[in-house]
Amino acid sequence: MKLIDRLYKDAPLATRGEITPKLGFALTVLLAIVWLIPFLWMVVATLRPASDGINAMAELMPSLKPTLDNVRDAWEIGDFPRYTINTTIICTGILLVQFVTITLAGFAFARLDFAGKTLIFYLFLMQLMLVPVLLIVPNLSLVAQLGLYDTLTGVMMPFFASAFGTFLMRQAFEAIPTELEDAALIDGASLLQRIRHIYVPLSMPSFSAFAIISVTSHWNDFLWPLMVINSPDKRPLTVGLSVFTKTAEGTQAWGTIAAGTLMVVAPLLVVFLIFQKRFISSFVTSGIK
Amino acid sequence: MRSIFGRHEMSFAEPAALPVATSAAPRLHVLKRFTSSFKASLPAYLLLLPSLIFLALFTYGAMGRVVIDALYQRATPKAPVRFVGLDNISAVLADPAFTGAVVNNLIYAVGTAVPSIALALLFALALARTHAVNSALRAALFLPVLIPMVAASALFLFIFLPNVGLLDYYIGRLLPVLPNWLGDPDIALYAIMIITIWKNAGYYMLFFLAGLQAVPEDVMEAAHLDGAGPYMRLRHIILPELKPTFLFVTVIAILNAVTQVDHVFVMTQGGPSNSTNLVLFYIYQQAVEHYDIGKASAATLLTLAALMGLTALSFRTMANREGGP
Repeated sequence: MKLIDRLYKDAPLATRGEITPKLGFALTVLLAIVWLIPFLWMVVATLRPASDGINAMAELMPSLKPTLDNVRDAWEIGDFPRYTINTTIICTGILLVQFVTITLAGFAFARLDFAGKTLIFYLFLMQLMLVPVLLIVPNLSLVAQLGLYDTLTGVMMPFFASAFGTFLMRQAFEAIPTELEDAALIDGASLLQRIRHIYVPLSMPSFSAFAIISVTSHWNDFLWPLMVINSPDKRPLTVGLSVFTKTAEGTQAWGTIAAGTLMVVAPLLVVFLIFQKRFISSFVTSGIK
Repeated sequence: MRSIFGRHEMSFAEPAALPVATSAAPRLHVLKRFTSSFKASLPAYLLLLPSLIFLALFTYGAMGRVVIDALYQRATPKAPVRFVGLDNISAVLADPAFTGAVVNNLIYAVGTAVPSIALALLFALALARTHAVNSALRAALFLPVLIPMVAASALFLFIFLPNVGLLDYYIGRLLPVLPNWLGDPDIALYAIMIITIWKNAGYYMLFFLAGLQAVPEDVMEAAHLDGAGPYMRLRHIILPELKPTFLFVTVIAILNAVTQVDHVFVMTQGGPSNSTNLVLFYIYQQAVEHYDIGKASAATLLTLAALMGLTALSFRTMANREGGP
């Protein structure tokens, strides 16, 4: 009871005696535990030796003789180092090009007046609605025509322009006082110099927020790379994991599947746990990716 | 409008001299203004160009190609394309696999959106005040958002595994007959809905947490003083305040129900007996497994059209959120 009182110590006096909010809180705690069970099982099953047998596989109590055999097996059967490199290349490539396109376009919307601004603004907005994953069929034939079928560039290309990123940068740039730019203008700085040396350095928080959203969503992309990539050595983590799961499922190697899944999700989860606040606030601004 | 009237009045006064002069001068003026405004706009266009090229290729161009591809058909994968008009669309509409996928997708959309939004609201209300315990709980509920749908599928493959899986091991003992979660056509769709709810509730929670910050403190205090209980406050103060958040989250949840279906690919392949076939998986099957680009494009077109109503709605919400041009 003491503990609960401590949790409610800054609640308004009138509400402290109410039961309903406490029941809601208790239910939420219970569900949070349920929410964590798949992760708990993943870790426990990864460390469980095969000698425990299939019937103990679901046991959530960790095995007394933990082993890394499953990690080793997954590492050897699936080509996870290769997949990790491919995913890293895809995420970095997309992000670098996006930084250029969203900075330039964001600046144009934030600081320049031009004919057809409203029309072009709505053209950008349209990308937020036409979710790229729905356009896989026409985009696949375009990528093939460009000779980019079965290449990592083909996987990256549809994401090089980002309406969400453009709007995010527009907002960041609008908040920067024009006096700074005027001073640089007097010193004879060109447009690109002003963007590079005044606007970009002052907008780092927005860039990092965008980077978090962009990398998480492309780290997790599955359907599009599945369609574009054919060679096993070009698979990203998600496609690799799905193939690996199919193979290991046939032999009931659940410990190995858990280990493979752990390898795929660990990098993002570790980064999240370190930069939790930043992740949460980025996701709030994201809305639609 | 006013200037045109003004000119007319003038031409009544001096009908002989004016018409030639007035019609020539404004046109020149307009042309000049156009070139000078284009010149002034040129830097902006150059800055927008890189983005517009990729948008033209992969968004607007893709839209155009869907419409065109939907009008053509090949008899065999190697045969030349020929114009078939609306045949692809009527073929898709007559295909029981497609109508089945649409029905499944509607059940899936309602069955994932409603519970995950309700849970998200519960989580946000319970964890609204920030302290260490609540932050940890928020993080726990948010973890599934960060993992790929494919990874979630790999975990739930075991959770739903008959007899030895996690669910049967712990809960199955309470049931008289062990259900085959992914193998039974009557249950499989609900099983994959559980994964989506697990994965998205924490995401929607963030928007409700942000929305709750906007509930005015003094109104809540006044409600306390008037003796309003938790239900009254929720019903009359909090929920009305969260209306825009509800609208926004509902739009995202419906878009997700159409686009976020990777687990169907990994876990069920649309089966058993098409019970988990969703629209996007149908499109994929037509394009990749049957090489039928015409039918795949027709199905894409129908899906896009269906989302148009939603699009118009979210367009308004989004434009408000972005603050207009």
